[in-house]
Amino acid sequence: MTEQTLVPRPPDAGPGDGGGDAAAPRPTRGSRPESHARRFSPGWIAKLILVGVVDALGVYGIIAAAGVQSWWIVTFLVAALAAVNWAYFSRRAVPAKYLVPGLLFLLVYQLFVMAYTGYIAFTNYGDGHNSTKADAISAIETQNQERLPGSAAFPVAVVSRGDELGFAVVQDGQAELGTTDEPLAPADGATVQAGKVTAVPGWTVLSFADIAGRAQAVTALAVPVSDDASDGTLRTQNGSVAYVFSPVMQYDATTDTFTNAKTGATYTPDDHGNFVSAKGERLEPGWRVTVGWENFTSMFTDSRLSGIFLKVVLWTFAFAFLSVATTFFMGLFLALVFNDPRVRGRRVYRSLLILPYAFPGFLAALVWSGMLNAKFGFINDVLLGGANIDWLGDPWLAKLSVLGVNLWLGFPYMFLICTGALQSIPGDVMESARMDGAGAWRAFRSITLPLLMVTVAPLLISSFAFNFNNFTLIYLLTGGGPDFVGAPIPVGSTDILISMVYSVAFGTGSNDYGLASAVSILIFIVVGVISWIGFRRTRTLEEL
Amino acid sequence: MAAYDPFTGPISRVAGDADPTEGPVNDTRLRGRRWWKEVGWRHVVGVVVIVYCLLPLLYVLSASLNPNGSLTGSNDLFSTVSFGNFTELFHRGYGQWAVNSLVICVVTAIGTVLMGAAAAYAFSRYRFRGRRGTLTGLLLVQMFPQMLAAVALFLLLLQLKDVFPVLGLNSIPGLIAVYLGGALGVNTFLLYGFFNTVPKELDEAARIDGASHGQIFWTIIMPLVTPILVVVGLLSFISTYGEFFIASTVLQSNNKFTLAIGLYQWASDERNAPWGLFAAGAVLAAIPVVLLFLFLQKYIVSGLTSGSVKG
Repeated sequence: MTEQTLVPRPPDAGPGDGGGDAAAPRPTRGSRPESHARRFSPGWIAKLILVGVVDALGVYGIIAAAGVQSWWIVTFLVAALAAVNWAYFSRRAVPAKYLVPGLLFLLVYQLFVMAYTGYIAFTNYGDGHNSTKADAISAIETQNQERLPGSAAFPVAVVSRGDELGFAVVQDGQAELGTTDEPLAPADGATVQAGKVTAVPGWTVLSFADIAGRAQAVTALAVPVSDDASDGTLRTQNGSVAYVFSPVMQYDATTDTFTNAKTGATYTPDDHGNFVSAKGERLEPGWRVTVGWENFTSMFTDSRLSGIFLKVVLWTFAFAFLSVATTFFMGLFLALVFNDPRVRGRRVYRSLLILPYAFPGFLAALVWSGMLNAKFGFINDVLLGGANIDWLGDPWLAKLSVLGVNLWLGFPYMFLICTGALQSIPGDVMESARMDGAGAWRAFRSITLPLLMVTVAPLLISSFAFNFNNFTLIYLLTGGGPDFVGAPIPVGSTDILISMVYSVAFGTGSNDYGLASAVSILIFIVVGVISWIGFRRTRTLEEL
Repeated sequence: MAAYDPFTGPISRVAGDADPTEGPVNDTRLRGRRWWKEVGWRHVVGVVVIVYCLLPLLYVLSASLNPNGSLTGSNDLFSTVSFGNFTELFHRGYGQWAVNSLVICVVTAIGTVLMGAAAAYAFSRYRFRGRRGTLTGLLLVQMFPQMLAAVALFLLLLQLKDVFPVLGLNSIPGLIAVYLGGALGVNTFLLYGFFNTVPKELDEAARIDGASHGQIFWTIIMPLVTPILVVVGLLSFISTYGEFFIASTVLQSNNKFTLAIGLYQWASDERNAPWGLFAAGAVLAAIPVVLLFLFLQKYIVSGLTSGSVKG
């Protein structure tokens, strides 16, 4: 970014400490006002401290990220630090000084995550496919272990440090110690008596009584023999003798297959991130792979999903449209009713009408969900005299309830904007309509409504976009329920697309990030189209 | 003022317009059947609508004062009045949630205002390469709510946990950072328009007097745009206060919850059904937002927020 100030200053108007810079023969550049970097003002010191703190955090982050081998994070941090330091210590980048903080946050938490959503939508990221292939291989090896006949036995000492448990054994005359996370390693300074470790500095050797007290944790403990998971683990049943358990599933890196040591079956990797035997048996867990358009096509072609998906899409559009329509017409009606100067106390009506809108939406949804409760709710119990209507449990009544609650939440806003718009319609237009013999309805249809729509239409479009993603209302009122029976994902009749994303990604029993991201991408497209329509109407883009 | 009414036709406010048989010529008030036909029914509509508006609010207020605590027990409005629920709230972690909500919303609001104002200043006062592109980009980005990318945000924070635990999952600063990511997108345009209305001659005068760009920003522009900064900050506060989706994916342990997540837990807890507690918590949580809304009414109505502020 190069910087050009709006109006070039006269060259002689520079601050006194401009020094050689002002004298330089660069009429436009040299006439730039001095930045903090040239003088030791409090602002300059504050800047130095802030940038210093950011640099320190960044360098810490680079080291930490390199430690866990997150090279993406390392690359980003290096670039971000370079950008920050350039922006604040270069004298040329004045606009950048004001833009960098906001843009950095925007880049990470909005632009990057949008792109990342796009990537995840093409993977099978989710339950059973959470990590890399290497992680999956070592998980399969450690989860499928058995004591093979004739495997080595060690007299073992169970040791503890706080809550952490470990085994200490003697191997080839050398005392070694390991825990679940740390494979066996030589333990310096350990005391060995009769082939058994009796003391290790920093650790407590558990007595029989201690072992009995923590029997479950001790028998569950598996200490890797070495860094290589295929060497197996040490386990004990009685706390005094440990055996080497070897993986039943043995991984062969050269052929990239698993072999079951007992049955001899081989498992080869398939293109969905699982090791599969010839008989179709799958080893869990799998790993993350890209699956192409599968998440998208399954929404339309998978017979178990497509019906549900279609219902959710239709309901999303219906919900957004009906919400806007009902709130708008009720708001407009009330605005017309109270737009008569002869009605006394209009201010009182107005300030009471706005209350549902002022009440936080998430609380309103929760309060209504209590009032609509089938057995004990206020609506059934008091207003309907003990009726037993399942407002939130019946698919169609639940839809009706959602719309009703949204009407309560949304009509005051429409009332307010319609009142404003009505009051800005000039009186003489109405006068002339009356002169021309227009009746009440005709004047409303042909004069008031068109003039009103000029102001209100953009707001209706954004209201549609807002309701299209009105997650809070749906989730807090019905939780998307009542659930579809027999659906492979926890989705229900009042779920809209965004709450479906939530259920698929974070719902109980289902964590399919790939499918959830694919649905998100579809919402992105719909929202994009709606916004494009909005832009065309308001021509905002031309006014930059 | 529209002098024409879709229900009853011309509004006869002028004495000459009134039917002379209805009363004295210089009395413009309507009486009897005509009053009912033209004005009185509006009051009926008004009263009905106000009952509809207020009933849930009175219900939650009554439930909060009812020590009985269950849904059924709350159905006799104002049968008993006691403040037991309100004192009980603070033994059940409500205070911690309120503090969390307050910290998250205040820090987010301040950060949003500062970053948005700084960006608006750059766009309004400087012409640089990429300016138009960045502005257009921001306009496009603001169309997409951050929660559309919530899955990716969750996975990003899951990985950040290994590098910066403080910005990872289940961390309040981590959630604030996520919210600040939306700061530029949502508010820069509002601020940009307002900054453009501050005359550039003021900057120039200050510059001639030797002020640096920082001094112009902090001592000249910022004081002049304070009203819009306050509005942006309060709107940010309100929308963060009611945000549920991202907060519930990021925050996982009870002592990190915001009011929205905590109260959802109470309201949806069918086994213990702490309905009275929920109602009391809801009343307390609603008060600040209702007050802010009444204060901000005219800004919201003027279309500043484009229909999407409701959280």
